[in-house]
Amino acid sequence: MQRSDGTHLSPAGRGRPETAGEGASPLRTGLAPHPVAPTGATRPLPLGEAGGAPRHVHRPLPHDSAIKHVQGAAEYIDDMREPEGTLHLAIGTSPKARGRIVSIDLAAVRRVPGVVTVLTAADIPGQNDVSPAFGDDPMFAEHEVSFHGQALFAVVAISRDIARRAAKLAAVDIDAERPSVTVEDALERGETVLPDYAFGRGDVEGAISSAPRCLSGALRIGGQEHFYLEGQVALALPGEDGSIHVYSSTQHPTEVQHVVARVLGLPDSYVTCEVRRMGGGFGGKESQATQWAAIAALAARVTGRPCKLRLDRDDDFILTGKRHDFRADWRVGFDEEGCIQGYAVELLARCGYSADLSNGVVDRAMFHADNAYFLPAARIASKRLKTNTVSNTAFRGFGGPQGMLVIEHVMDQIAWATGRDPLDVRYANLYAPGRNLTPYGMEVEETDTLHHIMRELERSSDYRARRSEIAAFNARSPFLKRGLALTPVKFGISFTLTHLNQAGALVHVYQDGSVQLNHGGTEMGQGLYIKVAQVVAEEFGISIDRVRITATTTAKVPNTAPTAASSGSDLNGMAALVAARAIRRRMAEFAAEAFGVDADAIAFRDDRVFIGNESLSFAELAKRCVQGRVQLSEAGFYKTPKVAWDRAKGEGRPFFYFAYGAACAEVIVDTLTGENRVLRVDILHDCGRSLNPAIDIGQIEGGFVQGMGWLTTEELVFAEDGRLLTHAPSTYKIPVASDVPPDFRVRLWPGANREETIYRSKAVGEPPLMLANSVFCAIADAIHALAADRPVPLHAPATPEAVLRACEAVRGRPLP
Amino acid sequence: MARHVIRFLRQGRIVEQAGFHPRTTLLDYLRLEERSVGTKEGCAEGDCGACTVALGRVKHGSLVYEPVNACIALLGQVDGAEILTVEDLAQGGRLHPVQEAMVQHHGSQCGFCTPGIVMSLFTLYEQAPRPVTREAVNDALAGNLCRCTGYRPIADAALTACAGEPTPASSTRRAHAAALLHELQASRDDDIVVGDDGTFFAAPASVPSLAQLYRQHPDATLVSGATDVGLWITKGLAELRKIIWLGRVSGLDGIQDRGDHILVGAGASLAAARPYLAAIDPDLDELMRRFGSAQVRAAGTVGGNIANGSPIGDLAPALIALGATLHLQRGSQTRTLPLEEFFIAYRRQDRQEGEFVSCLAVPKLAEHEHLRCFKVTKRFDEDISAVMGAFKLTLSGRRIVAARLAYGGMAGVPKRARGAEEALAGASLDEPASWEPALAAIGREFQPLTDQRASAAYRALVARNILFKALTEIGSGDTRGTRIVGQRERVHAAE
Repeated sequence: MQRSDGTHLSPAGRGRPETAGEGASPLRTGLAPHPVAPTGATRPLPLGEAGGAPRHVHRPLPHDSAIKHVQGAAEYIDDMREPEGTLHLAIGTSPKARGRIVSIDLAAVRRVPGVVTVLTAADIPGQNDVSPAFGDDPMFAEHEVSFHGQALFAVVAISRDIARRAAKLAAVDIDAERPSVTVEDALERGETVLPDYAFGRGDVEGAISSAPRCLSGALRIGGQEHFYLEGQVALALPGEDGSIHVYSSTQHPTEVQHVVARVLGLPDSYVTCEVRRMGGGFGGKESQATQWAAIAALAARVTGRPCKLRLDRDDDFILTGKRHDFRADWRVGFDEEGCIQGYAVELLARCGYSADLSNGVVDRAMFHADNAYFLPAARIASKRLKTNTVSNTAFRGFGGPQGMLVIEHVMDQIAWATGRDPLDVRYANLYAPGRNLTPYGMEVEETDTLHHIMRELERSSDYRARRSEIAAFNARSPFLKRGLALTPVKFGISFTLTHLNQAGALVHVYQDGSVQLNHGGTEMGQGLYIKVAQVVAEEFGISIDRVRITATTTAKVPNTAPTAASSGSDLNGMAALVAARAIRRRMAEFAAEAFGVDADAIAFRDDRVFIGNESLSFAELAKRCVQGRVQLSEAGFYKTPKVAWDRAKGEGRPFFYFAYGAACAEVIVDTLTGENRVLRVDILHDCGRSLNPAIDIGQIEGGFVQGMGWLTTEELVFAEDGRLLTHAPSTYKIPVASDVPPDFRVRLWPGANREETIYRSKAVGEPPLMLANSVFCAIADAIHALAADRPVPLHAPATPEAVLRACEAVRGRPLP
Repeated sequence: MARHVIRFLRQGRIVEQAGFHPRTTLLDYLRLEERSVGTKEGCAEGDCGACTVALGRVKHGSLVYEPVNACIALLGQVDGAEILTVEDLAQGGRLHPVQEAMVQHHGSQCGFCTPGIVMSLFTLYEQAPRPVTREAVNDALAGNLCRCTGYRPIADAALTACAGEPTPASSTRRAHAAALLHELQASRDDDIVVGDDGTFFAAPASVPSLAQLYRQHPDATLVSGATDVGLWITKGLAELRKIIWLGRVSGLDGIQDRGDHILVGAGASLAAARPYLAAIDPDLDELMRRFGSAQVRAAGTVGGNIANGSPIGDLAPALIALGATLHLQRGSQTRTLPLEEFFIAYRRQDRQEGEFVSCLAVPKLAEHEHLRCFKVTKRFDEDISAVMGAFKLTLSGRRIVAARLAYGGMAGVPKRARGAEEALAGASLDEPASWEPALAAIGREFQPLTDQRASAAYRALVARNILFKALTEIGSGDTRGTRIVGQRERVHAAE
């Protein structure tokens, strides 16, 4: 068996991962790293480029909490020692998916010994609204229920066990009606959560109808449960004057602060939200951590005691939103080479009962409907369908994966229709100079990066030779079929809601030279804290262990954006750099005056400050600065440049830049059962100049495997009455260790970001998830080996059943 | 003689506990009572492994550490064992080799699954024969979900940590623990009752004690591994005021090789039974490998899997195909019946009030008998079958003279396909056309359900196709063209 050491730590175990193009590779391939603006000292230092070779950034430091993680010493909210008298909550939920609430009888609940109180909508002093934007998410349903599992009330008791048992005793009477559960149900009723939206360019109908070939179809794409290992949890502490301090496992402390204040009828300034770390987020704690924090806060307000709410895993599945599932209806016109002339797609997104973040999610699906391909004429349309199911929400990729998968499927369809290799069809359509305008009017500037990554991966994965070898295998293997696919990723970086592209940081230098770092980004495992700490250590020239990383809190950095859209290190790294640089400048100016030298001649490195021929420790200078009345604290602020998006016109530059990558997957499929397995995966991914290659490789591998789960084993099944049937890990199957490709080769593309990002890095959180599109396409490719003249009607996720259904359809005997 | 406390070993000390509710889980004890919060609750149903702890027991004279899901283990079940949690591994300011490797290889991201993963790898480190392969690591981790890393760095960490033999620090710890556990063993023959007649956790030490207690309290819940009953508590919020734990009943966990069959005590863990079943046929080894996870196999028992009457019960179809016989006992009365007759209807078994499963006789394969098992799931590891099929064919030359075909997931109970069995008699391995009547019969014999695991149509087709596979494989003597996991040739290659 081959070890996965493409990824690939040096023999010492902590070395730099290999990067494509470093060392022999570019010479062999003739690839040159992209030109990057010189970083010499003769021009003003742009943000993120300190003079000299960096000593802290670009290094594969371990996660800041790694040593605590492995000893169980990293504290999550449920691990905090509870203040004396802490009460525990459980949620009472709707047994029906749609209907009018006739009555909720809580007498039996209140009678249980140990129950302190039961909260309903009537107890809310402020607004009964926990929505992020559109006012359509009640904290407790009051008049009607909109999905099975919707919160009706909360039991507050002296123990969690008592609260959970008591919550089952309510007598709930609902005048139920037939729920909308599927895309088709919602279409039939014509119910949406937000208006339809479309953009595009050119005469699409003309382009498709005049094209030599055209195809159409519908692709179903399933949703995905986040399955963060730490479920939703909040602990609220009541304070003076009605103030509240809430610990919440949230990606968006500002949102929690705001919603708690709204529910309690308080000014934002009376509410503090704090989070040191989450046990995973993946988008599931962007807007949907707020409800639980707000309920805990209400309980703390009503009882005057600390209150904790931690959802049971099954409740977490049932009560919180997921990745949107889609039906995509597509039509494409193309020539004999497979080159697209017109593409029309309607993205029918199942949003659940409320808008939540569906505006942005479906917009992002639309922005990625092109993926990496030029569409001379295009119409990208969308519907945000309302169903009586939990409100779907952010999930890593935020709609992008769904939009992309459709066009990757279309590429395969074109290949099957023309008989060309799917990779060649992809090349024929790839963005290129002169063919680089997206359907929303933004230019793709780095088309060369895209091509180089694809060509290099084609070479390093040995695509062509394996293609022949697999064809030979399939010819002699009647039941087991292998498949191969190489797919690109182009993912837009920036919040498409432009005002979210801002961040703050607060940096203090103390008189012993130790540094405290705080910023608006949250740590959910992605390594944001260590990356930003590396930036600050670099700026002050001090060792990383002198930078104390502190919990994210709205009391230190206000008005923050969620840690989402892959933006965490781009935004917060820059804000921290701005703060640290301002402090360093003041320290340098003070030293320059004290030592009578030019401030530019002062260097900070190795925990020392070099002033002409002299040096002193960083700590010594800090102490002298305090004595010299120099301010050693700074709030840094950053906003992303260049972005502007006019949604009404459907044009502009929604993204600062794109991150690129490509993956080549090989699978084997059992065409008698539909079981399938990924055999080998090669990935080449663009993180710009990685801030921390070890962390970034972790994001790439983890994102890929999560995407692979989405497209293979992870299936959400709703019953006709709206109940979620797969509400626990016993029935909802995320990848386990043996699902990881036994041969897994991951490399970083060495090019720097051409935009002025933090140390020329690129965002990495979401893009790698979509590398897993290669797995879906490879499975389709394997099924195609059953009958080369037929398209493969495979839908996502490619569970054994979905695969066997596609096999039987290709065999001409479709299953009922 | 009965004692009214449980005793276990914790951080070098013998701890006595009494006065706990019988349904108290080990995880709640650790997190809420002891406030050892390093161990996490991820799912509270034994599927994610975040709560994994190691239980050390002296078995056959040596100390064995096994991984257990603390969320669905009952506190009472740790009597006589050492509990090791993630906080206990680092010693003298030094990380355990498993922890060290996890840091070096960037094996944690959000860190929430990490304590469970560290404990699973700790048991691998302590117990696994060297060299430790990637497959062994995957099997050790099948019950540990990680949503961040994609597992590659964790697997690399495991391979690094387990590259050598356990360190001297490990043997010092083991020797100390073994000595204290030996002290605990002194009270091995005591019956345990914690609580009163209305609410108790009982752990009888002998079959007569068990029989008597269960006759007195036929409303008590019998628990072996608690891998299912644990969920009644954490998810069903069942009251369960009377619990009788079978884990201390002397002799109930025995496994004997009786020449032409094996006798498996109802209390034998799935892990303990695995090598005996594996010796019958490599497909049984693969079936047991994919049964739950290491945590579930360490706690769960063969008897529990049968007695609980799951309609899928991955083990039942295989045992029915082999022709296993079930032994039941009530008071001093015993009776036996063919295993398939035990399953009457969905979740209903032929078990009378106060009666318990005592053991199972599993015939070995005779010459000319061939077994094939197929477990079809959404995910290969740690999943429950959509369809499970187990087929035993008796051959005369190339002709089939008898067939036992058993399915799980196709009806309310594990069930034989008797029509197909009859249709196969006389068929030839060399004439696929002669299989057709049997394959067609499968479609008539079952009316499977559509549920979250699969549709009825899928189940029906797969049931047919896996029988086709079995016939193809037995005919060709090769599984490389019909399987993507569990190829039988791998076993031979390893030998």
